[in-house]
Amino acid sequence: MCFTQNFWSFLIGGIANGFLYALIALGYTLVYGVLQLINFAHSEVFMSGGFAGYFVLNAVIGNSHPSGVDSVLLVILGTAAGAVGGATIAYLLERVAYRPLRRRKAPRLAFLISAIGASYFLYNLAGKEFGRNAVSMPAAYTNGTVFTVFGAQVQTYYVVIAIAAMIMLLVLDRIVAATRLGRGIRAVAQDAETASLMGVNIDRVIAQTFILGGILGGAAGFLFGLSSGVVYTMGFTPALKAFTAAVLGGIGNIRGAMLGGLLLGIFENLGVTCAPTEWRDVIAFGILVLVLIIRPTGILGERLGRSA
Amino acid sequence: MSAFAATAVSRVRSARQNVEIRRLFACVFGMLVLALMTGPSGSNSAPVSGFTGSLFHPRVLAFLALGVGLWAVITAQHRWGEAIKRTSNNVMTLPRRVMPDRRVRLFVYAAALAIAIILPLHVNAFWQDVLVDQIGIYVLLAIGLNVVVGYAGLLDLGYIAFYAIGAYSTAYWTGALPVHPPMVVNAFWAIPFAIATAMLAGVLIGAPTLRLRGDYLAIVTLGFGEIIQIVATNLQGVTGGAQGVIGIPHPSVNLLHIHYSWLIDPLPYYYLLLAFVVLALIAYSFLEHSRVGRAWTAIREDEVAAESTGINVLKYKILAFAIGASTSGFAGMLESSKISFIEPGDFTVQLSILILVLVIFGGMGSLLGAVLGAAVLQWFPWYLREHPLFGFQDQDLFIYLGAILVIMMIFRPEGMIPSRRRKREIGLAEHGVGTADAMSGSSSEIS
Repeated sequence: MCFTQNFWSFLIGGIANGFLYALIALGYTLVYGVLQLINFAHSEVFMSGGFAGYFVLNAVIGNSHPSGVDSVLLVILGTAAGAVGGATIAYLLERVAYRPLRRRKAPRLAFLISAIGASYFLYNLAGKEFGRNAVSMPAAYTNGTVFTVFGAQVQTYYVVIAIAAMIMLLVLDRIVAATRLGRGIRAVAQDAETASLMGVNIDRVIAQTFILGGILGGAAGFLFGLSSGVVYTMGFTPALKAFTAAVLGGIGNIRGAMLGGLLLGIFENLGVTCAPTEWRDVIAFGILVLVLIIRPTGILGERLGRSA
Repeated sequence: MSAFAATAVSRVRSARQNVEIRRLFACVFGMLVLALMTGPSGSNSAPVSGFTGSLFHPRVLAFLALGVGLWAVITAQHRWGEAIKRTSNNVMTLPRRVMPDRRVRLFVYAAALAIAIILPLHVNAFWQDVLVDQIGIYVLLAIGLNVVVGYAGLLDLGYIAFYAIGAYSTAYWTGALPVHPPMVVNAFWAIPFAIATAMLAGVLIGAPTLRLRGDYLAIVTLGFGEIIQIVATNLQGVTGGAQGVIGIPHPSVNLLHIHYSWLIDPLPYYYLLLAFVVLALIAYSFLEHSRVGRAWTAIREDEVAAESTGINVLKYKILAFAIGASTSGFAGMLESSKISFIEPGDFTVQLSILILVLVIFGGMGSLLGAVLGAAVLQWFPWYLREHPLFGFQDQDLFIYLGAILVIMMIFRPEGMIPSRRRKREIGLAEHGVGTADAMSGSSSEIS
């Protein structure tokens, strides 16, 4: 079998990718939960997070070579910058591309088209303003092998992603389960009209949901940029895959998005051992089509906004 | 009592003031964004120079003034135009026919056709090429996508994939690909093969996804468009890989007494294209008013009701998708045999979005809108590019197109030249009657 070769190292790489997919997928799933709409412009939230992190790190690091505690602080700073960037764009998206349509009760088609337009507008504007070549993130830490598992080397980058993502996923899970905002999100996901009759300010909850998704997506953009660099078109493919992950786990289902993200990252990376790397995207997409044909509700079932 | 009335009046007034302040903010914000869009570009080494060059520059004052001016116009219209608007804008009734007489309409069409025939004879060779490669082909593509988006209310974001399939199958049947067909045919006779292959691909992609909620179709087609490009780039042995395919022959007809070959001159292609555009217009116009078109309308307006009256929703959705795909495939055939060269980079997802913009801009579900929208939107950037006065850059095109999509959806979702039916549907949907699209998924969906 092809994927028994270097199984562990591909598995570890897959898990790291999977965490990123999970973070982005949550943005889709949260918005889907409250609006029953796929936020096509989420890829640009991811992209803007990458750029925000890049600019902040560039300004702070300069020509120094940080290590130790500095590295940890820099990664936290970059993630925070990415989160702020992502949240800002997500909020603007909600205000400009979604809310006017919602006020008018526009057909779903209109929302999708408006989001597509916003996505193209944003990433091409980023290309115009920030240049169209890919730039690599300044090194916040020296990448090396932290420890080995079954002969597979676990790099610093993987550890950074895993820790950052796990913290964010846990916090999000708590926010949705135990805070006032989380109750609002769940109430709107369950039945927006009734929620509004019960005194939930739907517009505010929706905006906050976008911001929450934007924080995760933007942070993911920064983490992704740490190894792959930043470019204005960086959002398209990861976002398409994260969407696949959200569908795989059951769109609208928060834990489903986490599970789907991890599974997709692992499947995809192990699949690459059997086919040339260029086919990586085809594998992810094939999974999406298979899921849609066999189990369109995803592994954990959709719309568990009700019970998550 | 009068005090109560006074507070009520002042509350209404302050609500209005709130709206107006918010509108002022929106106008100014919009104009600042426009200033940024039209301003100088930044670069990798100077990422803020674009912002400073467009926002901290005297020109921003002009945009601010524009924003305030726009606000003043809109506010004036709202304050004094409300009464007029209230009486005329009743969505429940069909708007009055613009051209009631059939003969008048036929005359207008004939005149338009005459202009379309004569116009290219009077422009230079450069514009003749633009007329074929940039305008004619896209008009045809827009007409095809209009069937999918406008008639059936489905969102297809990978439309260019079928164009690629048409182009590559033409290359295959004319023997230009590394793999050889059972018999090599002339590019003209590759038309049915190109159309059939694209249609088959449409059915294969559509059948599993059209059962589901409409958003899935959008994302699957988006992924499909990307995959086609990856496959074309990486299946070196079949598609010629990233270098593309050269030497696709020009079409020629050799039938009984008709012998004609298309060569490099763009004009003959223009007339061939025009003939097919007219054919497609006539065919789709009949289709729109046939049983099939009525079924699409029913599905758009209320899918559940349509299904319960015995319309096979899935069948008609697949039909629309396949018709759109085959039109795109035909366009791909024509363009590939005109340029006689294709490469995977010709079929980016961006082009699918471009065609979507053309359809939305003209008016979903309106053939006239699709044609004029495509012609105007494709001509204008070329005009700007050729015009010495504007420093229009190609790469910036999609900033404007994206903005057009958002603005159209906010202010004029029915398009510039709307189909009356579609306009009414959108109005009805906003009043909670029907859906105006086929996005909700058929009954097989689990919700």
